[in-house]
Amino acid sequence: MHISIEKRGYVSKRYSTTVYLLSIFVAVIISSFIFLLRGVNPFYAFYKIFQGSFGSAFGIKETITKAIPLLLIAEGLIVAFKGKFWNIGANGQLLIGATFSTWIALNYGPTHSAITTIPLMFIVGFIGGALYGFIPAVLKVKLGINEIIATLMLNYIAEDFVEYLVYGPWKGKTQYGFPYTDNFPPSATLAQIPGTRISYITLIIALVSVVVVYYFIEKTKYGFEIKVAGENPHAAEYSGIDFIKMTIIMMLISGGLAGIAGVGEVAGIHRHLTYPAQVSSGYGYTAIIVAWLAQLNPILAVVSALFFGGILVGGDVIQTSLGFPFSTINAFNGFILIFVMIGNFFTEYKIKIRR
Amino acid sequence: MEEKVTEFKSLELKDIYKEFPGVVANNRISLKINAGEIHALLGENGAGKTTLMNIIYGIYQPDDGEIYINGKKVFIDSPRTAMKYGIGMVHQHFMLVENHTVAENVALGLSGTKFLNPTKEIAKEIERYSSEIGLHVNPDAKIWQLSAGEQQRVEILKALMRGAKLIILDEPTSVLTPQEASELFKTIKHLVKNGHSVIFITHKLEEVYELGGIVTVLRQGKVIDSTTTKDATKEELAKMMVGREILFNLEKEDIKPGEIVVKVENLEVLNDKGLKAIKNLNFEVRKGEILGIAGVSGNGQRELVEALTGLRRVEKGRILINGKEVQNKGAREIGEMGVSHIPEERIKYGIVPNLPVYENAVLRDYYKEPFSNRGILNYKKIKEFAIKLVKEFSIATPSIETKAKLLSGGNIQKLILARETTTKSTFIVAAHPTYGLDIAATEYIRKLLLQKRKEGSAILLVSEDLEEILQLSDRVAVMFMGEFMGIVDPKKVSIEEIGLMMAGSMRM
Amino acid sequence: MNLIISILQRTMVAGTPLLLGTVGEIITERSGILNLGIEGMMALGAIVGFSVTYTTKNPVLGLFTGILAGGVLALLHAFVSINIRGIQTLSGLAIAMIGSGLAGMLGKNYIGVPLPTRFSEVAIPGLSKIPFIGPILFNRDPLFYTGIILAVLAWFILFKTRWGINIRSVGENPKAADALGINVGLVKYLSTFIGGCFAGFAGAYLTLAYMPSWIEGMTGGRGWIVIALTIFAQWDPLRAILGAYIFGGVDVLQYILQPLGIPVPILKMTPYIVTLIILLITAREIMRKHLGAPKALGEPFIKGEK
Repeated sequence: MHISIEKRGYVSKRYSTTVYLLSIFVAVIISSFIFLLRGVNPFYAFYKIFQGSFGSAFGIKETITKAIPLLLIAEGLIVAFKGKFWNIGANGQLLIGATFSTWIALNYGPTHSAITTIPLMFIVGFIGGALYGFIPAVLKVKLGINEIIATLMLNYIAEDFVEYLVYGPWKGKTQYGFPYTDNFPPSATLAQIPGTRISYITLIIALVSVVVVYYFIEKTKYGFEIKVAGENPHAAEYSGIDFIKMTIIMMLISGGLAGIAGVGEVAGIHRHLTYPAQVSSGYGYTAIIVAWLAQLNPILAVVSALFFGGILVGGDVIQTSLGFPFSTINAFNGFILIFVMIGNFFTEYKIKIRR
Repeated sequence: MEEKVTEFKSLELKDIYKEFPGVVANNRISLKINAGEIHALLGENGAGKTTLMNIIYGIYQPDDGEIYINGKKVFIDSPRTAMKYGIGMVHQHFMLVENHTVAENVALGLSGTKFLNPTKEIAKEIERYSSEIGLHVNPDAKIWQLSAGEQQRVEILKALMRGAKLIILDEPTSVLTPQEASELFKTIKHLVKNGHSVIFITHKLEEVYELGGIVTVLRQGKVIDSTTTKDATKEELAKMMVGREILFNLEKEDIKPGEIVVKVENLEVLNDKGLKAIKNLNFEVRKGEILGIAGVSGNGQRELVEALTGLRRVEKGRILINGKEVQNKGAREIGEMGVSHIPEERIKYGIVPNLPVYENAVLRDYYKEPFSNRGILNYKKIKEFAIKLVKEFSIATPSIETKAKLLSGGNIQKLILARETTTKSTFIVAAHPTYGLDIAATEYIRKLLLQKRKEGSAILLVSEDLEEILQLSDRVAVMFMGEFMGIVDPKKVSIEEIGLMMAGSMRM
Repeated sequence: MNLIISILQRTMVAGTPLLLGTVGEIITERSGILNLGIEGMMALGAIVGFSVTYTTKNPVLGLFTGILAGGVLALLHAFVSINIRGIQTLSGLAIAMIGSGLAGMLGKNYIGVPLPTRFSEVAIPGLSKIPFIGPILFNRDPLFYTGIILAVLAWFILFKTRWGINIRSVGENPKAADALGINVGLVKYLSTFIGGCFAGFAGAYLTLAYMPSWIEGMTGGRGWIVIALTIFAQWDPLRAILGAYIFGGVDVLQYILQPLGIPVPILKMTPYIVTLIILLITAREIMRKHLGAPKALGEPFIKGEK
C-alpha cells in the first residue's frame, strides 16, 4: 500500500469553510480531553466553560469585556502577520501603552477634565505601544534580528519594568501596600455600560479598528505592500517595495493597537496600574490564536475574539468551580491552534492511497 | 565501497501513465534500454522527459503502467530502490549540499561507509575513481567553490560509486561551455565502452548526433518514435519533436538602431560572497536593438541583470539610462525610468503566487495613477487593466480573480511580460525569458521581443540558449568571469569562436 | 574570594539547563526544523520529573520520565511540521502553550511541596581538591557533568560521523538527501524528538537539581533564551557550552547586584537585555562572516515537488 500526498488545485469556498469550521469543532472537543488529566469529565468541563461564558447575561457581558482587548490586539496582529512579521510582543506593547497612559492619568488627570484627559490617555497609550513595536521592527530591518526572540525578550523586559514601577516609585500611597498605583481620578476612568465592565470608548475604538484595519489592508497601497511582502518577499524586493518603511509602519500600528488595549485595561477595568500579569492577562498571546483562527481576516476576527473571550471567561469559571489553574486555558488554546493548522492542511492537500 | 548490484541487462517501461493537476505528463509511454547503449531522449520543454526519468529513478510513482528490469517486474518506490537496481541519475539542477565538501556529498546515504569519520575513506575512493575514469575533482573542496562542470562530475561520481550501471543525465550540457560539453561526451563514451548504459535527456539536436545511438522522441507526454541517429535526419527528428516544420528563422527585420539608451561605464559589481562578479564592464544598448548576453550561467550575468534593475549594489562605475545616472538608485526609481525586468526565476521573483492575477498585473505600478490615488487603490482601474492584458496577450486563465500560482508556466511568463512591457518599454532586461516553456509560449515571447524591438525598445537578452541568442540579437556579447570576451555580430561569428569565448580562451 | 567561588559555582548550575536545551535545539535545527516550543517542553519535563520523583522517591526515574515527556511533546510539533507542513513558528508557539498549560495543571498539587530526594553534588576524587577550579568544576551534581559530555557527544556526532552528515544534509538540502535515499522525514522526526528530550532534561534539571521544588512558571523564559543561544552558538554544540555558561553567569549576576540596592525587578530584566545584546553581536558577526543557519531551516520538505 502506498500513501501519497497531493496538492489540491482549486478549492471552493464552501469546502474550505466547511473544513475550517469542522476543524475548530474537532479541536475544541479533543482539547477538552486534557481535563481528564485531573479526573474531570471533559464534556462536563467543556459544558462548564461555555455555560459560564455564554449561558448567562453576566457571562456574556464578561465575554464581551474580554473580547474587546483581544479584538484590538488581534487586529494589530493581523496587520503584522500578513506581512509575516511574527509579533509575539503584544503583551509588552500593551503594558507600555498602559504605563504611558497611567502617567497621564496620575499626573495630568487630577487637574484636568475627562474631555482632555481621556483622549490624551489613548493617544499616549497608542504612542507607547507603537514605540515598543518600533524597536523590534528596527532590529529586524537593520540588523536582521529574529523578531520572535526580540519581541519575547521585550515582553519580559516590559513586565519587569511595570513590576518595578508598581512595587517601587509608583506604588500607591492609598493602596495599603498592595502593588498598585493610586487609583485613577474620575477624569481618567472610562465610563462603562451600566451593569457591566464594558467601557463605551474601548468598545467603539475596537469596532472602529476592525473597519480601519480592513480598509488599510484591502484598500491602501501599504496594505498591498504588506500582502505582497508577506506572501513573497522576493517579489516585494523586485517590485521595489521599501521593506524598512513598510515594516515600521506595520509595527507602529500593531504595537499601537496593543497599547490602546492596555489603556482600556488600566483605565476601564482596573482603574490603576497593577502587576503585569493582571494588566495583560496574557491577552498578547491569546490574541495570536484569535488572529490565526480568524485566518487573518479583520472581520472574522470579531467572531474569533468573542469565541476566545468566552473561553477565557470559562477559564475563570473552571478555576473557581473545578479547581483548575488558569494556565489550563493555555493548553486548551494551544491544542485548538494545532488542530486548526491540521484542518488547514486538508484544504490544501489530499491524501491518495494506492494499492 | 561499491554497492552489490545485480547485473544490468535491460530496462523496459510499459504504458507508463502519470498525471499532475491539470496536465498529463506521461501518456502511455513504452521504452526499452539495453546494456551498453546510449539512448537519447529528445523533446521540447514540457514533453514529459524529466517526469519519466523521475519515475525510473523512484522520485515519482506512475499512476499506471509497469517497469521491468532484466525482464522482471519491479516497483521503484524510492531513489534508494532505484540505486539497488543499478540506476543512477544526474539531475539538471544539481542536488548537492553547497556548504558541505565533495566527500561529504558523496558519502551522504552511501551504504558501506564507515560510521566514524566517513569522509576520509571516501576521499581516497574519489581519488581512485578520478584517476581511473578521468573525473577529476578535489574531495575536500566545498561545493560552492566548484564550477558547474566540476559539480556535475561530483554528481556523476555519486552515481558511479553507488554502483550505477544505468546512468540518466538530464540536460547535462545546459550549464557547460561547449568545451566542457565535449569532455562530458568523451566521458559518456568511455562509460558506455565499459558496459554502462546512458540515457541522455536533451532538447538539442546537435548533441544527439554527436553522441550517436538510439533516439526516442517525446512530444506532449507521448512517444512519437524510437529510431537511431543513423536512420533519421536532423530535420526529421526536429519535425517529430515539434509536430510541424520548425521555423529556424523568425522574421527579424533589419532595423537601424537609434540613439544610445543605455550606457554602462567601468562597471564593477560584487557577488553574494563579496567577490567581483563583474569587472570593468563597458557597453551600450541602442533604441531598437537587442543585445544578447551569451555565456554559461555563473559568469556574472545574474549580477549584471540585478545591477541594471536596481537589485544589486554597484561598487564602481556608472549606468546611464537616457543620459541619467541610475546606478544604486533602487528598483522602483529605475522602473520609473522605463526599465522593465523579466526575471530569471519567474515564480520566485516575478509574481506573488497566492495573489490573484489582477493584483499581480500591478505588482510594479500599484502605487501610481491610475491604479492608486493618494495611497488608496482603485481596484476598478486595476481590474480593467488586468482584463486588457489578459486579452491582448492571450493569457489563459479562468478569470482575473484566479490565483497566479494556478496558471501554467507559459502563462505566468506572459503575464509578467505583459505587465512589464506595457508600462515600461524604454529598456527591457530579459533574463532567460523562454526557459522551461513549451514551444508555443517560446515562440510567442520571442516574437514579442522582436515586436518591442521594432517599436523602439532597447533590449538586453540573457539566455543560455545559444540558438535563441543568435536568432534574436543584433549584437552578441559573450560573458566570461565578469567580462565581455567580445561583442560580435551573430551573423558573422562561428559557433567555435563563441564556444572559445564562453570558455574564456579567446577574445574578439 | 569565597564569594567569587560561590558565584561561579552557581553559574555552573544555572548554565546547565541552558546548555541542555541549546544542544537539543541545535540538533533539531540542524535537521531543518525550528522548534520554538522549548519553554513548554521544559515545563513539562520539570513537572513530570518532579512528580515522578516525589511519588517513587527515585530521582533517576523522575529524570527519565521528564526527558521522555519533553520528547513526546516534541513529537506533536514534529507531526505538524513534517506531515502537516504547518508553519513551524506557530506550531512551536502552540507547543509552548500546551506544555506550560499542562505543566500548570499537573503541578497544582505540588506547589510548595519539598522534594525528598534530589541530585546533589558529587565530588570527583582528586580533581575537586584543585584550588579554585576544583570546587567550581569538579564538585557538581552528576547532571552537570552529563550535560557537558552530551554537548561534546553531540558535536562529535554532528561533525565526525555518518549520522551527522545525514542530519546536516537534511537541514541544508533535503531534496538532495531524499534523492540519495535518506529518509528525510525520519531524520527530522528523530532530531526533533531528541531535541525535545533535551528540553525535558533541562526542565527536569530545574526541579531535581537546581531548586528542588515546583512553582508555576519556573522555567522563567529559559526556553526562549535557548533559542537565542542556538543562534549565538552558530549551531555548534561546543560553542553552546560557552554561551550557556556565560548566560548562567548573567542569571546569577542578579543576586550579586542586589546588595547594591538595585531594585529586584530591574535585576530580573538582565538576562533578557543581555539576550538582546547577544543577538545584536551575533547579527553583526553573521553579516560579516556569511555564516548562518542551516539553509532549509523552517521550510517544510515536500517530496517530489519540483
